[in-house]
This record gives sequence, C-alpha cells and structure tokens, in this order.
Amino acid sequence: MNRVVIVGASAGGLAAAESLRRMGFAGVITLVGDEPRPPYDRPPLSKQLLTGQWAPAKLALRPAADLDALGLELRLGLPATGLDPGRKQVTLADETRVPYDAVIIATGVRARRLPGTDGLAGVHTLRTLPDALALKERLRPGRHLVIAGAGFVGAEVAATARALGVRVTLLEAGPVPLGQAVGEEAGRFLTRLHHDHGVAVHTEAVVTEILSAEGTVTGVRLSDATVLPADDVLVAIGSVPNTEWLAGSGLTVDDGLACDQFCSAAENVYGAGDVARWHNPLFGTAMRIEHRTNAAEQGMAVARNILGEPRPFAPVPYFWSDQYDVKIQAYGHLRDHDEALVMDSDLSRRQFLVAYRRGERVAGVLAVGKSPKILRAWRSLIAAGGPWTAALTSPTAA
Amino acid sequence: MKVNVAADKCVAAGQCVLLAPDVFDQRDEDGVVVLLDETPGPESHDAVRESAMVCPAAAIHLAES
Repeated sequence: MNRVVIVGASAGGLAAAESLRRMGFAGVITLVGDEPRPPYDRPPLSKQLLTGQWAPAKLALRPAADLDALGLELRLGLPATGLDPGRKQVTLADETRVPYDAVIIATGVRARRLPGTDGLAGVHTLRTLPDALALKERLRPGRHLVIAGAGFVGAEVAATARALGVRVTLLEAGPVPLGQAVGEEAGRFLTRLHHDHGVAVHTEAVVTEILSAEGTVTGVRLSDATVLPADDVLVAIGSVPNTEWLAGSGLTVDDGLACDQFCSAAENVYGAGDVARWHNPLFGTAMRIEHRTNAAEQGMAVARNILGEPRPFAPVPYFWSDQYDVKIQAYGHLRDHDEALVMDSDLSRRQFLVAYRRGERVAGVLAVGKSPKILRAWRSLIAAGGPWTAALTSPTAA
Repeated sequence: MKVNVAADKCVAAGQCVLLAPDVFDQRDEDGVVVLLDETPGPESHDAVRESAMVCPAAAIHLAES
C-alpha cells in the first residue's frame, strides 16, 4: 500500500486522510476536491455564515499548519472525471491520471435544483460557501424569501432569515414539514416553532413554476395555482449524490455508491460520507446518511479498513439542527419506523422527545431542549439494540 | 499534548464525551463542551485525537509536543 487517492475534500475525505496518517501510513495521499478551497465546514453555512456572525475563514476545518503537516498532495478545484478499477487510476478534469493502491470515494452530494432555473437571479440553493455568500447578500429586512422545501436546510434558513427581519414563506410538498425525515409528530412540533416566529408555512404546496421578469425571479406558482410573489427563492428540495463521474467504472450506483458493511464498493475501492450507501449491520439495512458526524466517522472507518483488519462500520447515526433558540438532536435510524411515540411535548418550555420503534426494538430518538445525559442514555439503548419495552420504562424518558 | 476547545464553535454533539469521558464533558443546560483535563495523560491520547477528528464543529485543537 503506497498510494491512496481520496476523491472529495470535505469532512469525510479529510477525516480519512488524517486517520491514515495517524495510523502511520507514510505513502502518498492525494486529496482531490472540486472546490478550489481547503476543506471547510458546511453546517454553519445556513446559520452563522448567513447571519454574518462568522467570517468564511472561521469555517476552515483545520488550521493551515495542521493541513500542511499531513503532507497531502492536494488537487483542489479539480473534479475527478473517471475511475478505472482495472488500471487502478482516477482521471481528473485536466486529463491527468492518478494511480492508486486504494481509492476512497467521498464526493458527497449537491443540492437538487429546479429545472429551467439556472442563471435566474434570485433563485438559490445552499450547499457551498459561494451559495451561502450569494444568499447572504439578499437577506435584508422586509424582503420576502420563499423557501421551497421544509427539510432541515429549508427550516434552518427560515429561522436565520427571520432573525434578520426577512419575511419568510416555507413550502412543504407533503402534509407535514419534515414528516418524511422524522415523522409527523416531531414535524408538527417543529412547525409550531416556525409559526411562532412568524413564518408562513404552506403544506401540500408544490412549486410548478418559477416566475421571472428580465432574468430575475418575481415569485412562484404552486400546484393549486396560488401565486406567491418573492424577492428570492431558496430551492431546498434535497440533494443528489455526486456519482456521475463513476459512469463506466463498473461500480454499482443506486442512489449513492453501493458499499458493503466494510464500506467497500469493490476491491481497493471504498466509499465514505454523504455519497456512500453502505450496509449498516447495527440496523440490518443499507443506508446513505447526509449527516455531518457520519462523514467523519465513516472516513475514519475506511482508513482503518484499508490499513488494518476490516471491521464492519456499524454506527448509531446522529444529527443536530439549530433553529431559533432550540437545538434538535437525534440518534439512530429514524426513517421507515413503525411507530413514533411522543414521550414529552411542551411547547412553552421548548422541550420535546419522541422515540422511534422499528420491529420490536428502539431504532431512534429525537429530542428538543433535552440534557446531554438523557440523550446519551438513549444512544446507549439504541446502540445495544434495546427492546422497545426498555424505552417505555426508561427513567430517562422525561 | 495540550487540548484546546473553542466553546463558541461547539455544537453540543457530545462525540468527544463518548470517546474520551475523562477529558471532555458537556454543560447540562446546553450541552456545550467542558474541558476536564487540558493536558491528558498518554493513555487518553488516542481517544482525544479521535475526538478532534470526529468533532463535527472542528472545535477541538491539539498541540502535540
């Protein structure tokens, strides 16, 4: 093992590179990134960066000196365009070919766009630093922002924009915002927060047309023919895994790069972070997770599996979201649950806790305003595959 | 090894407490990191390095001697 190529220079790719070095790998590590800047953190883009609380420099994932100390061959601002597992080489956009003994695919996801809106002023997505800086320029008191998609990105931007005095309309295609991700009970609680802060929330609202004049957005038309005027539109309708460059590689791509429980997609080919759909033995199912913490954990796991005895990657997924004055935290596999049981719901105290059942076990928990100790007890229960009855009698429920 | 934490960057994920409970804790009211030991012994170094690596806010910085 002399050469490792990591395609994707964000949290997952960086964690893999750091782990390889920490484990004593002294060979060549090439870190390829399509963005021209060193690895930076994305969660603050919808919050501290948009409010202006933080300057872009504060998003750097590592100080320059720490990055230098890793001794990486950095190829930034240069997307990978192809992978040849037979010849064991990655092709970059400048036609150079980089040979590898092992390759880590950590190319992440990009924001899904609405067709026909490219180049239209005032239509935004939010995934990269330039996206956030462009949106930031437009958030001024009294202007009207329509957010198409009430997932976590949409909800966080709604909260930030309200704090800046922007009028906000949040559109959700389903019956309950976030219903798909966290269930209707939690979705309804979080929707109340947005109502309380003056956000107009429309459900069953699908954008059928972006209205514009002279190349600038003027509003949106919904499927029920309602027209909403807008100064800006944020399209926050989910993301698309960056796998097109793997066409012709022979690797299996199916809503992400298909990997086994060791995060391996083929011999000497691994996936990490948002782009990887791997089999998580803890829940007995394949999953692709777009959580900040998973990117780093999976990057580390892949480094271990390249250099050492392969171990299954079986984490308890974790995510958080900051909206207004509350922190939402969740552990486990919330999607596809059989039951979501609300164990505490108190809007005035901004406290909420819902447990998720899958089959006969505790699959997950989502909490608002709960102490870390309570959440760690739930995490242990989920990690141990605890039975649902244990959740019902848990002294940590309240 | 000297550990520094940037409390203003901390997002209260608690990953560090799971990995190195002798070195990190969280404030009960908001979950923000509390540094228990800024010069941990060698037995904790691996867990602390792992904490710095997985911290989702890049809020842990290590000065290795």
